[in-house]
Amino acid sequence: MISLSIRTSLYPLCFCGFLFLCACRHDMMNEPRAKTFSQSEFFKDGASARPLPANVVPRGEAQVNDAFHIGMTNGVYVTQLPMQLTPKLLARGRERFEAICAECHGRTGDGNGMVVQRGFPVPPSYHLDRMRNAPLGHFFDVITNGYGAMFPYAAQVEPQDRWAIAAYIRALQLSQHANPNDLPPDVRNKLEAESK
Amino acid sequence: MAQIFSRNANVYARVTTFGIVVLICGVGWATNEVFWSPYTTYVDVPLTQPVPFSHKHHVAEDGIDCRYCHTSVEKSRFAGMPTSETCMHCHSQIFTDVPLLAPVRESLATNAPLKWNRVHDLPDYVYFDHSIHVAKGIGCSTCHGRVDQMPITWRVNTLYMKWCLDCHRHPQKFVRPPDKVFAMTWQPSQDRQLEPTQLVRQYHIDTSGRLTNCSTCHR
Repeated sequence: MISLSIRTSLYPLCFCGFLFLCACRHDMMNEPRAKTFSQSEFFKDGASARPLPANVVPRGEAQVNDAFHIGMTNGVYVTQLPMQLTPKLLARGRERFEAICAECHGRTGDGNGMVVQRGFPVPPSYHLDRMRNAPLGHFFDVITNGYGAMFPYAAQVEPQDRWAIAAYIRALQLSQHANPNDLPPDVRNKLEAESK
Repeated sequence: MAQIFSRNANVYARVTTFGIVVLICGVGWATNEVFWSPYTTYVDVPLTQPVPFSHKHHVAEDGIDCRYCHTSVEKSRFAGMPTSETCMHCHSQIFTDVPLLAPVRESLATNAPLKWNRVHDLPDYVYFDHSIHVAKGIGCSTCHGRVDQMPITWRVNTLYMKWCLDCHRHPQKFVRPPDKVFAMTWQPSQDRQLEPTQLVRQYHIDTSGRLTNCSTCHR
Protein backbone atom coordinates (compact mmCIF):
# COMPACT_ATOMS: atom_id res chain seq x y z
CA MET A 1 0.00 0.00 0.00
CA ILE A 2 2.80 2.35 0.87
CA SER A 3 4.59 1.71 -2.39
CA LEU A 4 1.31 2.35 -4.24
CA SER A 5 0.94 5.80 -2.68
CA ILE A 6 4.54 6.63 -3.60
CA ARG A 7 3.82 5.58 -7.14
CA THR A 8 0.67 7.69 -7.39
CA SER A 9 2.53 10.72 -6.05
CA LEU A 10 5.28 10.15 -8.60
CA TYR A 11 2.92 10.45 -11.58
CA PRO A 12 2.24 14.20 -11.15
CA LEU A 13 5.96 14.71 -10.61
CA CYS A 14 6.81 12.92 -13.86
CA PHE A 15 4.13 14.92 -15.63
CA CYS A 16 5.70 18.16 -14.37
CA GLY A 17 9.08 16.96 -15.62
CA PHE A 18 7.53 16.24 -18.99
CA LEU A 19 6.09 19.77 -19.08
CA PHE A 20 9.61 21.09 -18.46
CA LEU A 21 10.82 19.34 -21.60
CA CYS A 22 8.04 20.93 -23.63
CA ALA A 23 9.81 24.26 -23.21
CA CYS A 24 12.92 22.95 -24.91
CA ARG A 25 11.80 23.78 -28.43
CA HIS A 26 13.56 26.66 -30.11
CA ASP A 27 10.91 27.67 -32.64
CA MET A 28 10.64 31.22 -31.38
CA MET A 29 14.36 31.63 -30.88
CA ASN A 30 15.06 30.75 -34.48
CA GLU A 31 12.17 31.98 -36.54
CA PRO A 32 12.07 31.06 -40.22
CA ARG A 33 13.34 34.43 -41.33
CA ALA A 34 16.62 35.65 -42.73
CA LYS A 35 18.96 37.29 -40.25
CA THR A 36 21.83 39.43 -41.45
CA PHE A 37 24.30 37.26 -43.36
CA SER A 38 22.49 34.05 -42.44
CA GLN A 39 22.47 31.05 -44.73
CA SER A 40 19.51 30.45 -46.96
CA GLU A 41 18.15 27.33 -48.55
CA PHE A 42 15.93 29.41 -50.78
CA PHE A 43 18.54 31.19 -52.85
CA LYS A 44 20.88 29.25 -55.07
CA ASP A 45 24.07 30.81 -53.71
CA GLY A 46 23.12 29.77 -50.15
CA ALA A 47 23.18 33.32 -48.79
CA SER A 48 20.20 35.30 -47.55
CA ALA A 49 21.92 38.58 -48.38
CA ARG A 50 21.18 39.45 -51.99
CA PRO A 51 23.71 41.11 -54.28
CA LEU A 52 22.76 44.55 -55.50
CA PRO A 53 21.28 44.64 -58.99
CA ALA A 54 23.53 46.35 -61.52
CA ASN A 55 23.57 50.14 -61.53
CA VAL A 56 21.42 50.69 -58.47
CA VAL A 57 22.12 53.79 -56.45
CA PRO A 58 21.40 53.87 -52.72
CA ARG A 59 18.94 56.61 -51.80
CA GLY A 60 20.75 59.85 -51.15
CA GLU A 61 24.04 58.59 -52.53
CA ALA A 62 23.68 59.48 -56.18
CA GLN A 63 27.04 60.80 -57.33
CA VAL A 64 25.74 64.09 -58.63
CA ASN A 65 28.51 66.29 -57.33
CA ASP A 66 31.86 65.52 -58.98
CA ALA A 67 33.91 67.56 -56.55
CA PHE A 68 32.34 65.81 -53.56
CA HIS A 69 32.04 62.27 -54.93
CA ILE A 70 35.14 61.84 -57.07
CA GLY A 71 37.35 64.70 -55.90
CA MET A 72 37.62 66.14 -59.41
CA THR A 73 36.05 68.87 -61.44
CA ASN A 74 36.37 68.46 -65.23
CA GLY A 75 38.97 65.75 -64.72
CA VAL A 76 41.23 67.87 -62.54
CA TYR A 77 41.73 67.17 -58.82
CA VAL A 78 40.12 69.72 -56.58
CA THR A 79 42.45 71.65 -54.30
CA GLN A 80 39.83 72.84 -51.81
CA LEU A 81 37.52 70.95 -49.49
CA PRO A 82 34.04 70.71 -51.02
CA MET A 83 32.64 71.57 -47.59
CA GLN A 84 33.49 73.91 -44.77
CA LEU A 85 36.54 73.07 -42.69
CA THR A 86 35.53 72.90 -39.05
CA PRO A 87 37.27 71.61 -35.92
CA LYS A 88 34.56 68.95 -35.83
CA LEU A 89 35.44 67.75 -39.33
CA LEU A 90 39.13 67.59 -38.42
CA ALA A 91 38.37 65.67 -35.23
CA ARG A 92 36.27 63.23 -37.22
CA GLY A 93 39.10 62.93 -39.73
CA ARG A 94 41.56 62.17 -36.99
CA GLU A 95 39.31 59.53 -35.48
CA ARG A 96 38.76 57.82 -38.85
CA PHE A 97 42.42 58.15 -39.81
CA GLU A 98 43.56 56.48 -36.63
CA ALA A 99 40.95 53.72 -37.00
CA ILE A 100 41.33 52.94 -40.70
CA CYS A 101 44.58 54.43 -42.07
CA ALA A 102 47.13 54.49 -39.25
CA GLU A 103 47.56 50.70 -39.42
CA CYS A 104 49.85 51.26 -42.42
CA HIS A 105 50.46 55.00 -42.66
CA GLY A 106 51.29 55.42 -38.99
CA ARG A 107 49.66 57.91 -36.66
CA THR A 108 51.88 60.72 -37.85
CA GLY A 109 51.60 59.74 -41.50
CA ASP A 110 55.24 58.76 -41.89
CA GLY A 111 54.28 55.43 -43.47
CA ASN A 112 55.60 53.26 -40.68
CA GLY A 113 52.44 51.73 -39.26
CA MET A 114 52.27 48.37 -37.51
CA VAL A 115 51.20 46.46 -40.62
CA VAL A 116 54.14 47.93 -42.51
CA GLN A 117 56.43 46.76 -39.73
CA ARG A 118 54.99 43.30 -40.36
CA GLY A 119 56.11 43.36 -43.97
CA PHE A 120 53.54 45.34 -45.94
CA PRO A 121 55.14 47.52 -48.66
CA VAL A 122 56.08 50.90 -47.19
CA PRO A 123 53.70 53.65 -48.32
CA PRO A 124 55.22 57.05 -49.07
CA SER A 125 55.39 59.45 -46.15
CA TYR A 126 52.85 62.29 -46.26
CA HIS A 127 55.68 64.63 -45.45
CA LEU A 128 57.48 64.20 -48.76
CA ASP A 129 57.36 67.32 -50.93
CA ARG A 130 55.42 65.58 -53.65
CA MET A 131 52.76 64.52 -51.15
CA ARG A 132 52.62 67.99 -49.61
CA ASN A 133 52.16 69.47 -53.05
CA ALA A 134 49.55 66.91 -54.13
CA PRO A 135 46.09 68.42 -54.55
CA LEU A 136 43.55 67.52 -51.86
CA GLY A 137 41.41 65.63 -54.35
CA HIS A 138 44.29 63.19 -54.87
CA PHE A 139 43.98 61.91 -51.29
CA PHE A 140 40.24 61.54 -51.71
CA ASP A 141 40.78 59.64 -54.95
CA VAL A 142 43.34 57.28 -53.40
CA ILE A 143 41.03 56.44 -50.50
CA THR A 144 38.18 55.83 -52.96
CA ASN A 145 40.02 53.82 -55.60
CA GLY A 146 43.21 52.60 -53.93
CA TYR A 147 46.74 53.13 -55.14
CA GLY A 148 49.58 50.66 -55.67
CA ALA A 149 49.34 47.99 -52.97
CA MET A 150 46.52 49.87 -51.25
CA PHE A 151 43.05 48.49 -51.93
CA PRO A 152 40.05 50.79 -52.47
CA TYR A 153 38.44 51.89 -49.22
CA ALA A 154 35.21 53.17 -50.75
CA ALA A 155 33.24 50.38 -49.10
CA GLN A 156 34.64 51.13 -45.65
CA VAL A 157 34.82 54.93 -45.64
CA GLU A 158 31.93 57.15 -46.69
CA PRO A 159 32.64 60.16 -48.95
CA GLN A 160 32.09 62.65 -46.12
CA ASP A 161 34.62 60.77 -43.98
CA ARG A 162 37.09 60.53 -46.87
CA TRP A 163 37.15 64.33 -47.00
CA ALA A 164 37.52 64.50 -43.24
CA ILE A 165 40.52 62.18 -43.51
CA ALA A 166 41.99 64.19 -46.39
CA ALA A 167 41.66 67.34 -44.29
CA TYR A 168 43.34 65.61 -41.37
CA ILE A 169 46.20 64.48 -43.61
CA ARG A 170 46.75 68.15 -44.42
CA ALA A 171 46.82 68.87 -40.69
CA LEU A 172 49.40 66.10 -40.22
CA GLN A 173 51.51 67.56 -43.00
CA LEU A 174 51.35 70.95 -41.38
CA SER A 175 52.31 69.46 -38.03
CA GLN A 176 55.68 68.35 -39.42
CA HIS A 177 56.38 71.65 -41.17
CA ALA A 178 54.91 74.10 -38.72
CA ASN A 179 56.33 77.61 -38.55
CA PRO A 180 56.59 78.94 -34.97
CA ASN A 181 55.64 82.39 -36.24
CA ASP A 182 52.20 81.06 -37.22
CA LEU A 183 51.40 80.17 -33.63
CA PRO A 184 49.26 82.42 -31.44
CA PRO A 185 51.58 84.59 -29.28
CA ASP A 186 50.72 82.91 -25.98
CA VAL A 187 51.40 79.42 -27.36
CA ARG A 188 54.62 80.64 -28.96
CA ASN A 189 55.82 82.21 -25.74
CA LYS A 190 55.08 78.99 -23.88
CA LEU A 191 56.96 76.99 -26.49
CA GLU A 192 59.94 79.33 -26.36
CA ALA A 193 59.97 79.21 -22.56
CA GLU A 194 59.96 75.43 -22.64
CA SER A 195 62.70 75.13 -25.23
CA LYS A 196 65.11 77.30 -23.21
CA MET B 1 -6.57 -7.03 14.77
CA ALA B 2 -3.73 -7.01 12.33
CA GLN B 3 -1.44 -4.03 12.15
CA ILE B 4 -2.11 -1.70 9.18
CA PHE B 5 1.46 -0.49 9.03
CA SER B 6 4.40 -2.82 8.96
CA ARG B 7 7.33 -2.45 11.34
CA ASN B 8 9.33 -0.58 8.76
CA ALA B 9 6.64 2.01 7.95
CA ASN B 10 8.27 4.75 10.03
CA VAL B 11 11.53 4.31 8.17
CA TYR B 12 9.80 4.33 4.79
CA ALA B 13 7.92 7.48 5.72
CA ARG B 14 11.08 9.28 6.84
CA VAL B 15 13.09 8.17 3.85
CA THR B 16 10.41 9.15 1.33
CA THR B 17 9.71 12.52 2.94
CA PHE B 18 13.39 13.32 3.10
CA GLY B 19 13.99 11.73 -0.33
CA ILE B 20 11.36 13.86 -2.06
CA VAL B 21 12.81 17.05 -0.62
CA VAL B 22 16.30 15.99 -1.72
CA LEU B 23 14.98 14.99 -5.15
CA ILE B 24 13.19 18.29 -5.74
CA CYS B 25 16.15 20.33 -4.53
CA GLY B 26 18.51 18.14 -6.53
CA VAL B 27 16.52 18.49 -9.76
CA GLY B 28 16.29 22.24 -9.16
CA TRP B 29 20.00 22.50 -8.52
CA ALA B 30 20.90 20.37 -11.54
CA THR B 31 18.59 22.35 -13.83
CA ASN B 32 20.10 25.57 -12.56
CA GLU B 33 23.62 24.27 -13.11
CA VAL B 34 22.85 23.15 -16.65
CA PHE B 35 21.02 26.38 -17.41
CA TRP B 36 23.99 28.53 -16.39
CA SER B 37 26.70 26.18 -17.63
CA PRO B 38 28.66 26.70 -20.85
CA TYR B 39 26.67 23.75 -22.20
CA THR B 40 23.64 26.05 -22.52
CA THR B 41 25.14 29.55 -22.50
CA TYR B 42 28.16 28.90 -24.73
CA VAL B 43 30.10 31.28 -22.50
CA ASP B 44 33.85 30.64 -22.77
CA VAL B 45 33.30 28.07 -25.52
CA PRO B 46 35.48 28.83 -28.56
CA LEU B 47 33.72 27.88 -31.79
CA THR B 48 35.42 26.20 -34.69
CA GLN B 49 35.75 28.57 -37.62
CA PRO B 50 36.69 28.07 -41.26
CA VAL B 51 39.74 30.23 -40.59
CA PRO B 52 41.16 30.33 -37.05
CA PHE B 53 41.03 34.12 -36.93
CA SER B 54 42.83 35.59 -33.93
CA HIS B 55 41.54 38.89 -32.57
CA LYS B 56 44.49 38.74 -30.18
CA HIS B 57 46.93 38.99 -33.07
CA HIS B 58 45.04 41.55 -35.13
CA VAL B 59 43.89 43.81 -32.29
CA ALA B 60 46.53 43.53 -29.58
CA GLU B 61 49.61 42.83 -31.66
CA ASP B 62 48.77 44.78 -34.83
CA GLY B 63 46.69 47.53 -33.25
CA ILE B 64 43.90 47.33 -35.81
CA ASP B 65 40.80 49.24 -34.76
CA CYS B 66 37.50 47.34 -34.35
CA ARG B 67 35.90 49.50 -37.02
CA TYR B 68 38.46 48.58 -39.65
CA CYS B 69 36.53 45.33 -40.14
CA HIS B 70 33.26 45.89 -38.28
CA THR B 71 32.46 48.95 -40.36
CA SER B 72 28.73 49.27 -39.76
CA VAL B 73 28.83 49.12 -35.97
CA GLU B 74 28.16 52.84 -35.65
CA LYS B 75 25.34 53.09 -38.13
CA SER B 76 23.43 49.84 -38.15
CA ARG B 77 21.98 47.07 -36.04
CA PHE B 78 24.64 44.74 -37.29
CA ALA B 79 28.29 45.42 -36.51
CA GLY B 80 29.30 44.10 -39.91
CA MET B 81 31.55 41.27 -40.94
CA PRO B 82 34.53 42.05 -43.15
CA THR B 83 34.39 40.89 -46.73
CA SER B 84 37.16 38.59 -47.87
CA GLU B 85 38.44 41.59 -49.77
CA THR B 86 38.96 43.38 -46.47
CA CYS B 87 41.22 40.54 -45.33
CA MET B 88 43.10 40.93 -48.59
CA HIS B 89 43.79 44.61 -47.87
CA CYS B 90 46.75 43.25 -45.94
CA HIS B 91 46.97 39.59 -46.90
CA SER B 92 47.44 40.33 -50.57
CA GLN B 93 50.89 41.43 -49.45
CA ILE B 94 51.71 39.64 -46.22
CA PHE B 95 51.28 35.95 -45.37
CA THR B 96 50.15 35.50 -48.94
CA ASP B 97 50.78 31.78 -49.13
CA VAL B 98 49.95 30.54 -45.64
CA PRO B 99 47.77 27.41 -45.80
CA LEU B 100 45.60 28.75 -42.95
CA LEU B 101 44.42 31.55 -45.21
CA ALA B 102 43.59 29.30 -48.16
CA PRO B 103 39.82 29.54 -47.48
CA VAL B 104 40.03 33.34 -47.66
CA ARG B 105 41.89 33.27 -50.95
CA GLU B 106 39.44 30.76 -52.33
CA SER B 107 36.52 32.87 -51.15
CA LEU B 108 37.91 35.89 -52.95
CA ALA B 109 38.61 33.92 -56.10
CA THR B 110 35.21 32.24 -56.26
CA ASN B 111 33.22 35.15 -54.83
CA ALA B 112 31.66 32.80 -52.27
CA PRO B 113 31.50 34.14 -48.71
CA LEU B 114 33.28 32.42 -45.85
CA LYS B 115 30.89 30.54 -43.60
CA TRP B 116 31.73 31.84 -40.11
CA ASN B 117 29.97 30.39 -37.12
CA ARG B 118 28.04 32.97 -35.17
CA VAL B 119 29.55 33.53 -31.72
CA HIS B 120 26.73 35.76 -30.49
CA ASP B 121 23.25 34.75 -31.54
CA LEU B 122 20.35 36.45 -29.83
CA PRO B 123 16.93 34.79 -29.87
CA ASP B 124 14.84 36.12 -32.75
CA TYR B 125 12.33 37.72 -30.40
CA VAL B 126 14.94 40.17 -29.18
CA TYR B 127 15.58 43.44 -30.94
CA PHE B 128 19.14 44.64 -30.62
CA ASP B 129 20.93 47.49 -32.36
CA HIS B 130 24.69 47.99 -32.14
CA SER B 131 24.64 51.60 -33.31
CA ILE B 132 22.56 53.00 -30.45
CA HIS B 133 24.66 51.22 -27.82
CA VAL B 134 27.90 52.53 -29.30
CA ALA B 135 26.45 56.02 -29.62
CA LYS B 136 25.38 56.02 -25.98
CA GLY B 137 28.76 55.10 -24.59
CA ILE B 138 28.57 51.32 -24.27
CA GLY B 139 31.96 49.99 -25.27
CA CYS B 140 32.72 46.86 -27.27
CA SER B 141 34.42 45.13 -24.37
CA THR B 142 31.47 45.69 -22.02
CA CYS B 143 29.57 42.96 -23.87
CA HIS B 144 32.22 41.18 -25.91
CA GLY B 145 34.93 41.11 -23.25
CA ARG B 146 38.62 41.42 -23.91
CA VAL B 147 38.43 40.31 -27.53
CA ASP B 148 42.00 41.53 -27.90
CA GLN B 149 43.10 38.61 -25.72
CA MET B 150 41.24 35.90 -27.62
CA PRO B 151 43.28 33.75 -30.00
CA ILE B 152 39.94 32.44 -31.23
CA THR B 153 36.68 34.15 -30.45
CA TRP B 154 34.31 33.09 -27.70
CA ARG B 155 31.38 34.56 -25.87
CA VAL B 156 32.04 36.04 -22.43
CA ASN B 157 28.50 36.97 -21.47
CA THR B 158 25.32 34.93 -21.54
CA LEU B 159 23.33 37.68 -23.32
CA TYR B 160 20.42 36.52 -21.18
CA MET B 161 17.70 38.99 -20.34
CA LYS B 162 18.89 39.25 -16.76
CA TRP B 163 22.28 40.32 -18.03
CA CYS B 164 20.85 42.91 -20.44
CA LEU B 165 18.59 44.33 -17.75
CA ASP B 166 21.48 44.88 -15.37
CA CYS B 167 22.72 47.62 -17.68
CA HIS B 168 19.30 48.87 -18.72
CA ARG B 169 18.55 49.38 -15.02
CA HIS B 170 21.92 50.83 -14.05
CA PRO B 171 23.46 52.41 -17.16
CA GLN B 172 25.67 54.59 -14.97
CA LYS B 173 27.69 51.51 -14.05
CA PHE B 174 28.69 50.89 -17.65
CA VAL B 175 28.72 54.07 -19.77
CA ARG B 176 32.07 55.35 -20.97
CA PRO B 177 33.25 58.66 -22.34
CA PRO B 178 32.68 58.79 -26.13
CA ASP B 179 36.38 58.46 -26.97
CA LYS B 180 36.74 55.27 -24.92
CA VAL B 181 34.00 53.21 -26.57
CA PHE B 182 36.43 51.26 -28.74
CA ALA B 183 39.15 51.03 -26.12
CA MET B 184 39.71 47.43 -25.09
CA THR B 185 41.46 48.09 -21.80
CA TRP B 186 38.96 50.54 -20.34
CA GLN B 187 37.59 49.59 -16.93
CA PRO B 188 34.57 51.12 -15.19
CA SER B 189 36.75 52.33 -12.32
CA GLN B 190 39.11 54.18 -14.64
CA ASP B 191 38.85 57.55 -16.18
CA ARG B 192 36.15 59.05 -14.03
CA GLN B 193 36.79 62.70 -14.77
CA LEU B 194 33.15 62.78 -15.71
CA GLU B 195 30.89 61.31 -13.09
CA PRO B 196 28.96 58.36 -14.52
CA THR B 197 25.62 59.95 -13.73
CA GLN B 198 26.80 63.05 -15.53
CA LEU B 199 27.69 60.89 -18.53
CA VAL B 200 24.23 59.33 -18.45
CA ARG B 201 22.77 62.82 -18.61
CA GLN B 202 25.19 63.89 -21.32
CA TYR B 203 24.15 60.94 -23.50
CA HIS B 204 20.47 61.70 -22.79
CA ILE B 205 19.95 58.15 -21.57
CA ASP B 206 16.36 57.78 -20.42
CA THR B 207 16.33 56.79 -16.76
CA SER B 208 12.57 57.08 -16.35
CA GLY B 209 12.18 53.33 -16.70
CA ARG B 210 11.53 53.26 -20.41
CA LEU B 211 14.71 51.22 -20.94
CA THR B 212 13.18 48.33 -19.04
CA ASN B 213 9.84 48.35 -20.84
CA CYS B 214 9.12 45.00 -22.47
CA SER B 215 8.71 46.65 -25.84
CA THR B 216 12.16 48.25 -25.72
CA CYS B 217 13.70 44.93 -26.73
CA HIS B 218 10.70 42.77 -27.62
CA ARG B 219 9.09 44.73 -30.39
